Amino acid sequence: MSADIFSLLLKATGQTLYMVAVAGLIGSLFGIPLGVFLATSGRGELFPAPTANRVLGLIVNAARSTPFIILVVAIIPFTRAIAGTSIGTTAAIVPLTIATIPFIARLVETAIREVDPGLTEAARAMGASPMQIVFKVLLAEARPGIASALTLTIVSLIGYAAMVGAIGGGGLGDLGIRYGYQRFMPDVMAIVVVVLIVLVQLVQSAGDRLARQFDKRNRPK
Amino acid sequence: MNMAVMHSRAQSQIEPQPGTGVPTTPMVEFQNVSKRFGAGGTGTEVVALEAVNLIVPRGSVTGIIGRSGAGKSTLIRLVNGLEKPTSGHVLVDGTDVAVLDEKNLRSVRRSIGMIFQHFNLLSSRTAFDNIALPLEIAGIDKQTIEKRVTPLLDLVGLSDKRNRYPSELSGGQKQRIGIARALATEPKLLLSDEATSALDPETTRSILALLQKINRELGLTVLLITHEMEVIKTIAHHVAVIDGGRIVEQGPTFDVFTGHKHETTQALLSGLAGMHLPEFLMSRMTDVAAPGSRVILRVVFKGENATEPMLARLGSDLGIEVNIMAGAVDEIAGRPFGMLVVSLLADGDQLKRARDFLADHGLSSEVLGYVR
Repeated sequence: MSADIFSLLLKATGQTLYMVAVAGLIGSLFGIPLGVFLATSGRGELFPAPTANRVLGLIVNAARSTPFIILVVAIIPFTRAIAGTSIGTTAAIVPLTIATIPFIARLVETAIREVDPGLTEAARAMGASPMQIVFKVLLAEARPGIASALTLTIVSLIGYAAMVGAIGGGGLGDLGIRYGYQRFMPDVMAIVVVVLIVLVQLVQSAGDRLARQFDKRNRPK
Repeated sequence: MNMAVMHSRAQSQIEPQPGTGVPTTPMVEFQNVSKRFGAGGTGTEVVALEAVNLIVPRGSVTGIIGRSGAGKSTLIRLVNGLEKPTSGHVLVDGTDVAVLDEKNLRSVRRSIGMIFQHFNLLSSRTAFDNIALPLEIAGIDKQTIEKRVTPLLDLVGLSDKRNRYPSELSGGQKQRIGIARALATEPKLLLSDEATSALDPETTRSILALLQKINRELGLTVLLITHEMEVIKTIAHHVAVIDGGRIVEQGPTFDVFTGHKHETTQALLSGLAGMHLPEFLMSRMTDVAAPGSRVILRVVFKGENATEPMLARLGSDLGIEVNIMAGAVDEIAGRPFGMLVVSLLADGDQLKRARDFLADHGLSSEVLGYVR
């Protein structure tokens, strides 16, 4: 493997990590609160707003059922408005983030719904406000689930970030397509795939370790 | 039953606070409370509680007993506003919690502790941090929390489990942490929602002893719901029997259980000694006397009378032959209580004299039937 290819690989890996990190961060910033809202705004729940709950639920479903590559193309005007351009690594972050928000939201919603309702009741009986219940009970108790949710999100983002290479987003996917596929360089393709596998593996085991650390439910007596 | 057992019910309405002798308002008072679920909606309406009037005297341990689905859970949740009544008033220390908004309810809730059947401890917090939770919620600073939680761990005997997570504790230990947590804000009232139902009999006894200690030493009023007779019998001074959303009987525990007028009370009591007739008697018993048949009589001993040898004196004083068929002596609310099923060889006149004799000595009796 030539030094050129190596530096290309390094650059592409950097771009992928950059896209994943920024989209993951902004996606969490919006996705986690949205997930909390979805989990707590049903009829008779902490912040009852059944209509908003249903509307947001529909939007989340719509976003999640749109194939990512179509989403990327469909929101090009929005991407241009935000990033100033629709091509390049930074521009790719916009659709990545948009796809991440509903993804995280649903996973966080599930994690929060798994918290025993008895705990919410106990906290209410102590005189906790709804916000205190969210922070001191729901988010605290759902930590292992949320850690797993974020792990899954980052793994999926690594995959999505490879796809935006197809529309000039750069990164490992871009490298694989342009060199490995279009220039018939199977060794480059193989290296790209290996790097992706290693990345995913690292993220998964780090996430699993974090989730285990948060989880105090099955400690030996 | 031919006895006036509800005599002290009126007295319990206004009970002097221990030591002061001054009558006070009850800790909790339900005034004509009804609760329906699904009211106003399109679904079928379910009546959970109907016209409930109930008094929880200050400083007492008051128990509400009923089968599952009788409305106990709803009833106890009305006290701290987790449920709102459809109509009626729920007075807690003189404040009608039924009309309070969420914000005002929150401060009332901080003066009411609650413990649960499944403990409801946060799995992500240690024993210490679980007890600290209500204090954090009340916005109390760290030093004060430390000063409050440490003696509470001591009180429930779990100082050595301070940094353990709930999953590392046994059921009884979890409930002790639950109790300590409920006491953290120094409440005036403790609500217990089937707190011993998930525990084995021995652990149940130790938890009940702890509740009793808290009631006596801290003067805390305890309102508990349960389906277990054992719990009421052991610690409740007052009891209300609930069935189908209605309070069918209430009063001092000893009087209600030894009077057991209502069929629900009787059903709940069926596990108690002497309530069940042995099969060999049941199958042979008839409702009408025949010449030469023996009378089957249930004699109820209460309190101080339970230890007097009245049956022996039936023989020696009246010359009536007595044969004990079944029975036992138990303890309810700290007072002895016994039921004996006896057969007498007596005609109508002798039977009357025997029953008069028993009544004169404070024992109630009931003719169950006759056997040949």
